[in-house]
Amino acid sequence: MSAEATRAQERPVTLELAREFGLSEAEYKNALEILGRVPTFTEMGIISVMWSEHCSYKSSKRWLKTLPTTGPQVICGPGENAGVVDIGDGDTVIFKMESHNHPSYIEPYQGAATGVGGILRDVFTMGARPIANMNALRFGSPDHPKTRHLVSGVVSGIGGYGNCVGVPTVGGETNFHPAYNGNILVNAMTVGVAKADNIFYSAAAGIGNPVVYVGSKTGRDGIHGATMASAEFTEDSEEKRPTVQVGDPFTEKLLIEACLELMATDAIVAIQDMGAAGLTSSSVEMAGKGGLGIELTLDSLPMREQAMTPYEIMLSESQERMLIILKPGREEVAKAIFDKWELDFAVIGTLTDTGNLVIKMYGETWCDMPIAPVSNAAPEYDRPWEPTPAAAEVPDSVFDGYRLSLGEALETLFACPDLASKRWIWEQYDSLVGGDTRFMSGQADAAVVRVPGQTKAVAITTDCTPRYCLADPVRGGAQAVAEAWRNLSAVGALPLAITDNMNFGNPEKPRIMGQFVGAVQGISQACTALDFPVVSGNVSLYNETNGEAILPTPAIGAVGTLPDAMIAVGIAFQQEGDVILAIGEPGSHIGQSLFLREILGREEGPPPPVDLAVERRNGEFVRGLIHAGLVASSHDVADGGLIVTIAEMALASGIGAHLPALDNAHPRALFGEDQARYVLAVRPDVAATVQEKAKAAGVPVTVLGETRGTALSTSAGEIVSLKRLKDVNEGWLPTYMAAES
Amino acid sequence: MKAAIVVFPGSNRERDAVAALEAASGTKPYLVWHRDTELPKVDLIVVPGGFSYGDYLRSGAMAAHSPIMREVKARADQGVRVLGVCNGFQIITEAGLLPGALMRNGALKFVCRVQHLRVENTDSPFTAKYAKGQIVRYPVAHGDGNYWADADTIRRLEGEGQVAFRYVADDTRADPRGNPNGSVSDIAGIFNAKRTVLGLMPHPEDAVEGLHGNTDGKPMFDGLVEALS
Repeated sequence: MSAEATRAQERPVTLELAREFGLSEAEYKNALEILGRVPTFTEMGIISVMWSEHCSYKSSKRWLKTLPTTGPQVICGPGENAGVVDIGDGDTVIFKMESHNHPSYIEPYQGAATGVGGILRDVFTMGARPIANMNALRFGSPDHPKTRHLVSGVVSGIGGYGNCVGVPTVGGETNFHPAYNGNILVNAMTVGVAKADNIFYSAAAGIGNPVVYVGSKTGRDGIHGATMASAEFTEDSEEKRPTVQVGDPFTEKLLIEACLELMATDAIVAIQDMGAAGLTSSSVEMAGKGGLGIELTLDSLPMREQAMTPYEIMLSESQERMLIILKPGREEVAKAIFDKWELDFAVIGTLTDTGNLVIKMYGETWCDMPIAPVSNAAPEYDRPWEPTPAAAEVPDSVFDGYRLSLGEALETLFACPDLASKRWIWEQYDSLVGGDTRFMSGQADAAVVRVPGQTKAVAITTDCTPRYCLADPVRGGAQAVAEAWRNLSAVGALPLAITDNMNFGNPEKPRIMGQFVGAVQGISQACTALDFPVVSGNVSLYNETNGEAILPTPAIGAVGTLPDAMIAVGIAFQQEGDVILAIGEPGSHIGQSLFLREILGREEGPPPPVDLAVERRNGEFVRGLIHAGLVASSHDVADGGLIVTIAEMALASGIGAHLPALDNAHPRALFGEDQARYVLAVRPDVAATVQEKAKAAGVPVTVLGETRGTALSTSAGEIVSLKRLKDVNEGWLPTYMAAES
Repeated sequence: MKAAIVVFPGSNRERDAVAALEAASGTKPYLVWHRDTELPKVDLIVVPGGFSYGDYLRSGAMAAHSPIMREVKARADQGVRVLGVCNGFQIITEAGLLPGALMRNGALKFVCRVQHLRVENTDSPFTAKYAKGQIVRYPVAHGDGNYWADADTIRRLEGEGQVAFRYVADDTRADPRGNPNGSVSDIAGIFNAKRTVLGLMPHPEDAVEGLHGNTDGKPMFDGLVEALS
């Protein structure tokens, strides 16, 4: 390869090319103005990915700025690779959730696998050892011909990557809805721990300091991946398969160990992974944050393929690569560590005082442009938006003609795709490696993972109810945060902070932009009221195919802490004879409930109201009970309402429940999805104490019955046996997947 | 008891093994890197779980040819006890310390769950603390745990008491499923002829304290400490 051969592959830079690269005419003109000339081909590629929706957040930035991001527990909020939160004793939790939606639809195994790899790097690049992974998945209708193939590929991809790197995958959530037929969502979250005095940031410093490339070699995979993630899909999207990257979890595992080993020395000035837009975004962001220039000479960069051009190298999204600014003279120390782990290591440039990004290769300069003006000129739009109209309340007449027995209704709900057991999925994930997993999600409302070498633990959950968000984005956004907060409280954890993964359709449509704005407003309200700031996040827009948008899905990943992993409480009933208590007001709200959709066949009404003051009061009360050792089992009331909550507690243990308080209960009370509620099981000798404490705290509490036998029953007799319920609940997904051709 | 844990690039359950051994013996085990050619003087060598070299070739096949494995084989020949768990079982089998092979799980999927096992032979330092026929629960977490050997080998393993653990269903539990991977004769773990080497797919090291939900793996480590101290 030579300069001439490179030039022969380049195309003239014109408006047409800029459009092909995803820029608008105004954006192209802006680029001409900033540079005072026509950009080179390489520069055009770099500018287009820097200004892509995926990298620039141009539609969302204005609104993201309104989110609460501070608090005494926050060490580092949004803007770095991940958020950092204090958990005491000099320890921190570092976490983030990120989408890999478009690639996972095109090539589910590699798309999902590299999603896991990317989010792991965001966390360990800050100095954390990853201790847990989670994922939030949304697939299309089970009846859609692609769904099985996508479920199978995504699940194997997540498992194939996470299992190999040795980070336990401790839970998540999986929903099915026709709105995701053409755009599945794969949101992956990683949680790590680090010492507060050994956290690494991305701002470069020190003119003349060496810029070092480590990890895998660079190939042609993923070129313009960030651009693909910033556009709607059409029927020919599968032609974009070459833009999907290929993951290598073994190299990632080595990279984790090598980076953590290097971080234990004092050789690093700054470090960042090469994620979306690869070397472009890492070098530009690091130099830009430090107010410096950076000069790269690409000839010595480790390459997997022959005859690569500077354009291809700068835009490649090859995986498992990091960019490090070293202190001067530490190259040998660092190289020895990467040699030990058999990873590539190359000094590819230096920091300069010019403020420019300079790319040299084959003896010529292919890019020389100022970083700050180009970064600062990244477009920011105030897109027009329309609020979502309020839905009418669901009238009582919807229950006319409802004739199912309670047992039949429960069997129907427990077999529906959203409530059916996801064992088929989570058994493909190593949830135990590390030996610190107390609960995976499903065993408790939040996963609980002990901090390695200590007694204290981190609780983790991911939550979002997209059908609520569609009906009322503000309320739905607030509900997602409130449910995450509740799930942490339900295991006894003190909620600390969240990461938000905002998945929406095309923001150029005012209706869709209104969903985004509403969700941000709701999230903001809930985070403020619950002292639960946003410390990291990710936005994925243009989740549309042929004009059909997904349900608005602001997935919330949340983290809390427990002083001792062993005080955490799970959902399973522990013994017969425990008293079952409902915490919170009786159920009444049936709009947007699973019951309404699955039993009555209607998707309508507003989602349940979210009263954040009540949420906080009830959650603090339950957490206090758990810390006082008064709670045997705890589960928040969510999808399916009160009776589903109790049934899940019974199924998790094989111990039934006798519920005389529910004799002749109205479906609204049984299946209403009112918020801020919990079901607790407590030993009979402390039941009175718990009730007194509830009264003193002003928290409504109702005795529902007691744990007993192997069925759910009321005074009128058996509702349904646990065996029957378990069979339908465990049966759906394996049966569905067995039909995979 | 002094123990050494062999670490390959891609090992990932060495920390679990360290914790279990240290809790049982009160002594931190040595961690020995794959490129090393010598082992310290130890009573027990553990080859832990993970994905050595990514398992991009047949699981364990590359690790079996790493420099340290020559030394592990030499020590095993001298009677030093060797425990291979999961990827460690695959590695020591590939290295010829145990007969047979571990293939892709029958269902072609990775499987992680708590598994019921029956202890088949207690005449070894690994299993002495269990009762013959005792049902224990260890987690499994593997994609290639489908044990296979030819009929003659299986007859010999069965006849000589070399089957250490067998997968069983347990109808008294919430999750009664048995054999998770299609292993011949439901074999979960085997000894060598002298019963100084044990390889098994399930993870006793992840069932040693209350946090793990059960402590059925603890007697294995306690038994080793008792026998080898």
